[in-house]
Amino acid sequence: MPGRAGTPRPVLTVEGLTIQVATPDGAKPVVEDLGFTLNRGETLCLAGESGSGKSMTALAIMGLLPQPMARIARGSIRLADGTELAGRSERNFRDIRANRISMIFQEPMTSLNPVMTVGRQLTEVLLEHRACPRAEARARALDLLRDVQITDAEKRLAQYPHELSGGMRQRVMIAIALACNPEILIADEPTTALDVTVQAEVLELIRALQREHGTTVLMITHDMGVVAEMADRVVVMRNGRQEEAAPVRTLFAAPKTSYARELLDAVPRLGRSLARPAPDRTRDVVDVADLTVRFPMRGGVLNRITAQVHAVEGVSFRISPGETLALVGESGCGKSTIGKALLGLVPWEGSIRVDGHQMAGLSPKGLKPIRRNIQMVFQDPGASLDARMTVGRQVAEPLQVHGLASGSELQDRVAWLFRRVGLTPDQIDRYPHEFSGGQRQRICIARALALRPRVIVADESVSALDVSVQAQVLDLLRELQQEEGLAYLFISHDMAVIDQVADRVAVMNLGQIVETGSREQVLRDPAHAYTRRLLSAVPVPDPEHVRPPVLPREGEVGSPVWPLGQSPARHEMHEIAPGHWVARAPRSRAA
Amino acid sequence: MTEAVASSPAHGRGTGRVLRDLVRRPRSAFGLTVIVTMLAAAIFAPWIMPYDPNDQMFDGLSLEGAPLPPSAEFWLGTDLLGRDLFSRLILGAQTSLIIGVLANGIAVVLGATVGITAGYFGGWIGGILMRFTDLMMAFPALLLAIVLAAIFKPSLLIVAMVIAMVNWVQMARVIYTETRSLAQREFIEVQRAMGSSTFRILGRHILPHLVYSIIVFGTLGISTTVLLEATLSYLGVGVQPPTPSWGNIIFENQTYFATAPWLVFFPGLAIVLLALAFNLLGDVLRDTLDPRLKGRH
Repeated sequence: MPGRAGTPRPVLTVEGLTIQVATPDGAKPVVEDLGFTLNRGETLCLAGESGSGKSMTALAIMGLLPQPMARIARGSIRLADGTELAGRSERNFRDIRANRISMIFQEPMTSLNPVMTVGRQLTEVLLEHRACPRAEARARALDLLRDVQITDAEKRLAQYPHELSGGMRQRVMIAIALACNPEILIADEPTTALDVTVQAEVLELIRALQREHGTTVLMITHDMGVVAEMADRVVVMRNGRQEEAAPVRTLFAAPKTSYARELLDAVPRLGRSLARPAPDRTRDVVDVADLTVRFPMRGGVLNRITAQVHAVEGVSFRISPGETLALVGESGCGKSTIGKALLGLVPWEGSIRVDGHQMAGLSPKGLKPIRRNIQMVFQDPGASLDARMTVGRQVAEPLQVHGLASGSELQDRVAWLFRRVGLTPDQIDRYPHEFSGGQRQRICIARALALRPRVIVADESVSALDVSVQAQVLDLLRELQQEEGLAYLFISHDMAVIDQVADRVAVMNLGQIVETGSREQVLRDPAHAYTRRLLSAVPVPDPEHVRPPVLPREGEVGSPVWPLGQSPARHEMHEIAPGHWVARAPRSRAA
Repeated sequence: MTEAVASSPAHGRGTGRVLRDLVRRPRSAFGLTVIVTMLAAAIFAPWIMPYDPNDQMFDGLSLEGAPLPPSAEFWLGTDLLGRDLFSRLILGAQTSLIIGVLANGIAVVLGATVGITAGYFGGWIGGILMRFTDLMMAFPALLLAIVLAAIFKPSLLIVAMVIAMVNWVQMARVIYTETRSLAQREFIEVQRAMGSSTFRILGRHILPHLVYSIIVFGTLGISTTVLLEATLSYLGVGVQPPTPSWGNIIFENQTYFATAPWLVFFPGLAIVLLALAFNLLGDVLRDTLDPRLKGRH
């Protein structure tokens, strides 16, 4: 591997970097006295949790700090030839960007211009930086797209960003970033918004490009799995300071600082989870049969329904009290829609029984008493709390809405709920913005618990949280489950988290369950090709582990959109072991 | 990280805190002062006015018959008919404040109601309401006002209603767009999952987020309302002369701007001051009502 052999040649040196942000209480440092060198051809990871200052560092190197709130107070950022970047004017920065340093961001959709074709966005960069004559720009753009291994590169040039998948968009972003052959590529959480299989492919692409072009990569990430897979060296950051800097193997084998150790310990790992108590399987608290959710797509002059998105197609499952069923799948597979259907937030067909009560065909009034038994905790606690209401009143709301408590009884109950989720009652009168992400999720959990439900639908409930906070919230959920006998429908894309919480796992693809069984059966002994592919893409937080390449996709990608009147073929499920059901390939493709 | 709680000693809520904040901050204190002064002038007009506002005084004109500039005798000068401008402005405050507050108030309530209803429910209700709003927007406002004013005999109340009928449209548009995006936010979905009534969702969770736009548009609307009333007066379908309003004083005298600028300047200043006062008040009110901005000034 380049960078690991021979004497390291630094291409970027950061010394004593201090970045200040203006706050109402005066300037506050967000990065303090940070120093590192980036050597030619290597990958350096800046790892840390939210608020660690890792992204600010990347922005400072690119001269993209938000003006006028943030500024470099002290320190220097130097390129190999001595060019100083700190304190450079916007005008002078333009020669540096794209030519010498490029950056790719987390969300490729928002980084690309939605009204310009991919081809124009590529040639624009080339021409703007005079990387090639106008006549050759198109040919060069095509080369770049081939470089990032996009299929049908010729066709993509004429397409708009929305016509591409998330992975392809990120490839286009990488192509744009590499257009002028920069020495350094800064990747700020480049795969966080992508599905795990796409993440694996994009990471593999970055490695391949690095091998071919000798580009140096500075990678910003919170994901220790990605760190283990990509980094040569790691700088662990916390609250704007460097906690530990070490070669990746050294760091993972023997972290020196306690923070790095805690961070690594908190990372969920596949196959290292504790045994779970056996739930009471004699009765079901949730019984879903043949659930189908379709969304109409309108089109044509008359705006009539021309096609349907088959978000969920004939899904059945049961959950016992005290049991956790995990729904896994890639984005768009319909897992979140199932959660919403259970809460009555989307129109659905089929049968949903909660605690024995059928929910189909009930009016909103009839649904209300059943709703008490099923509550939801969403992904982003910031978005699911009302910013203009105190958290205490929000936790009290379900009780008021259902007329279960009022006056001092209500206050006592809210205080009790706050203590129950590890908060203190004196925080009741505060507003959501005064809490951290983890605390906000605790507030959401308290609100969900207010009605003493039997079932909680947790839709990516820990995905937006830092790993250390994630572990604490998962502990809280586990504790509540044991004490109250709660059943969880745990919706997640993160296999390692699911391994920690689930009793049973159901894997979804294109609106249908393709494999279901106990955690051991599905995660350790996957039978369906789709499950195997998903598992093969999960990054392992261990630099010694060389992950085999992601298994190829079997057959077509497929689409959940079908013309009116047509439906996808329903999978036939077969029991290959007690409780372990696997879909046989739909008949149309059966060999 | 828990951000430090704002340093306000009383962490309380409610109208008491809001009022205290409004009086303490210079911007809103200024706004309040202007509004209270104008209100007082309007209410106590008969006792404050130095002259009869409709008296066409002989010594209110120069020997050539031109209006007089401001002097110790006539503080703000006189108009073309020799009437005291200061007295007319004080009496005009009655008309303009009633029109500004009443007409604008009706427009705000109507616009916000239509906007919220259409934005939250969408579907055919929203479709019909917003198409109607678009129609109103496309229709020349002045023409509509003239037609309405011609049907009903012009009186202060009718003029206020006519202006409200014309002015609610912009408010409805803005509130509609905001409600639509709010209705899709996750915390509203949480409410629906909880089984909250529509009334509760709208009142407790949607409306508080719209306060910002309502206040900004409401205060901006005051000046346009006062001016629209002036236009209507000018066309003879507004407040009937000789009753003065700030708007019709400007319109009566605009052609003499070059020779007697005070006749346009002072009523114009009064309108600007009123609008500014409401704007400043609105600004501070918006900030004090937003918990995220509490204590950041």
